[in-house]
Amino acid sequence: MSTAGKRDAFTTFDSAYVVLPVDNVDTDQIIPARFLKVTDKRGLGESVFADWRILPDGKPNVDFPLNRPDAKGAQILVAGANFGCGSSREHAPWALVGWGLRAIVAPSFADIFRQNAMKNGLLPIAVDPAFHAQLLEARHANPAARIAVDLPAQSVALVGGPSARFEIDPFAKECLVNGVDELGYLLARLEDIKRYESTHA
Amino acid sequence: MSKPTTLFEKVWGRHVVREDANSSVVREDAGAPAVLYIDLHLVHEVTSPQAFDGLRARGLRVRRPDRTVATMDHSTPTLPRGLAVVDPQAEAQLRKLEENCAEFGVQLFALGSADQGIVHVIGPELGVTQPGRTIVCGDSHTSTHGAFGALAFGIGTSEVEHVLATQCLLQRKAKTLEVRVDGALQPGVGAKDIILALIAKIGTGGATGHVIEYRGSAIEALDMEARMTVCNMSIEAGARAGMIAPDEKTFAWLKGRRFAPTGEAWDKALADWRTLRTDDGATFDASVKLDASKLAPMITYGTNPGMGIPVTDTVPAPESAENAADRAALAKALDYMGLKAGAPIAEQRVDVVFIGSCTNSRMSDLRAAASILRGRKVAPGVQVLVVPGSQAIKRQAEAEGLDAVFRAAGAEWREAGCSMCIAMNGDQLKPGQYSVSTSNRNFEGRQGRGGRTMLASPLTAAATAVTGRVTDPRTLMGRDISGSAGALSKPGDLA
Repeated sequence: MSTAGKRDAFTTFDSAYVVLPVDNVDTDQIIPARFLKVTDKRGLGESVFADWRILPDGKPNVDFPLNRPDAKGAQILVAGANFGCGSSREHAPWALVGWGLRAIVAPSFADIFRQNAMKNGLLPIAVDPAFHAQLLEARHANPAARIAVDLPAQSVALVGGPSARFEIDPFAKECLVNGVDELGYLLARLEDIKRYESTHA
Repeated sequence: MSKPTTLFEKVWGRHVVREDANSSVVREDAGAPAVLYIDLHLVHEVTSPQAFDGLRARGLRVRRPDRTVATMDHSTPTLPRGLAVVDPQAEAQLRKLEENCAEFGVQLFALGSADQGIVHVIGPELGVTQPGRTIVCGDSHTSTHGAFGALAFGIGTSEVEHVLATQCLLQRKAKTLEVRVDGALQPGVGAKDIILALIAKIGTGGATGHVIEYRGSAIEALDMEARMTVCNMSIEAGARAGMIAPDEKTFAWLKGRRFAPTGEAWDKALADWRTLRTDDGATFDASVKLDASKLAPMITYGTNPGMGIPVTDTVPAPESAENAADRAALAKALDYMGLKAGAPIAEQRVDVVFIGSCTNSRMSDLRAAASILRGRKVAPGVQVLVVPGSQAIKRQAEAEGLDAVFRAAGAEWREAGCSMCIAMNGDQLKPGQYSVSTSNRNFEGRQGRGGRTMLASPLTAAATAVTGRVTDPRTLMGRDISGSAGALSKPGDLA
């Protein structure tokens, strides 16, 4: 269909990871409001976690996990519970993806953030606290530790270590695995929508 | 007799264009969520430009411009109009919205319009917010409109594009959470204190995956503006939406509004709206209770809206938290806030008081603040911003002389907009400054980098403005406060 949006198919990958074991990371931390004056989606990666990553004098905060040398090339962030709470700004996943992330692993996610993330090829992976703790410990012991993600199998694994199954909305999974967005599906339902409007709206 | 259903289930059921296809054998559906019809789409400058670009890229039009209403609020300055927008990036964003609305035929209440204002203030004010409607906006505080018995929730920019293109969204049905608030509120305690107490009780993720229905005698006793305050902060508990069943107060508030039905259509709508109630015997997935009579004025001390205490209390100690994660979070929050565990919160000095935002910028909020500030002065060294939620509220407040009360007290009376709630428009805290704010978020840097926000009601904020320290408003209330909170504003007031 000519109106269907295409993006890269999301299947399996493995990557180094960074950890930010803080609960309730809100979208104002992920991308502060002063960066929301843009009218496109590009360029937000350099401002991700701006107030935690960049000191008031403009220098990088070398202690922030994303700034450490071993964070380079990491495509996975392991974060705390209720990640992405707060505003509905889709600039949050745009900024995280812009920095280079493809998956966030956390004990839980805020609703709107989870929806926004999946629409931008950023996979929210909710895992139980025990497995989450294993990921944090493994990274602490070995900064080169890697996580493997298999979306078709709904599996996340510490490379050379334990693995866990994760849940994902089946439709969102289908869209991610096939690299299509949801609007194409909705546009294909126009006859249903017209029928509804003729009797309801 | 059909199965008893909740208010949410009734409104949801009326808007399903196509059922959830999880059980479908049709391959193309691949377990698709329900297609939900959206009655009203509210649009603002910050979360829409990329969605309009998406339409252009696919050669699509706005399917129902007649169901789409736009305004400018987030990045607008609140200094007197006529001054240039000083931030060129913000100005470009505002121009973009004008261009997009013109190109796609969307009604826009722009800066300078007599109806401009915060999107969640003008929706009800214009009467486009109505019981039983599905309402979305690219803004999480869309939950505000649930005060009218609408199903209203915030969406991201991709979904803004979906609604612009199809007037529909793909949605899984949320679970239901009953929040029952019974008992009579004490004087000086209001809607903001109810919702801050609820979030303190269940936490910022406590309602994730759920739509809240607020019920009980204390909710029924609230006027419409107070109900909007409660529903507004549903998202701060993680809820998808918050709803209150419409009643006679709802109908009286709506009657005569510009886009409310009239004549026969009104009578028909009213008959329908009266059916929008949770049936006796309907069940919720979860339930929480609050005793309104035991509530005190609330204030937050930390860096999320769940970190709230009665204004008479002391700052909690990290050691008192239940688990290691909460202890760490509390220690981090107190460090950011520069507050000491065990210190009475009421002794905390403040630099700025902000009265405004989609949570608390309506007439009853301004009247409440004015009831404290009338005949008093703002404490030396404290900056007080009073920012009405809309141009209509600004006119009404000025007609009642409230602007003169605020100015005489030493507060600044500003133009309508989001202002210091989101600090995108020049109104912001300096690093290290403390504010008591009637807004909805106390996240780190929310009101400006390094700023320290304490959320409270308009009464508490005004009392704090007078003393320069966090203050229990009840200590300043032992006098005539006629004309203060509680009065219903009539449609004619805001014409």
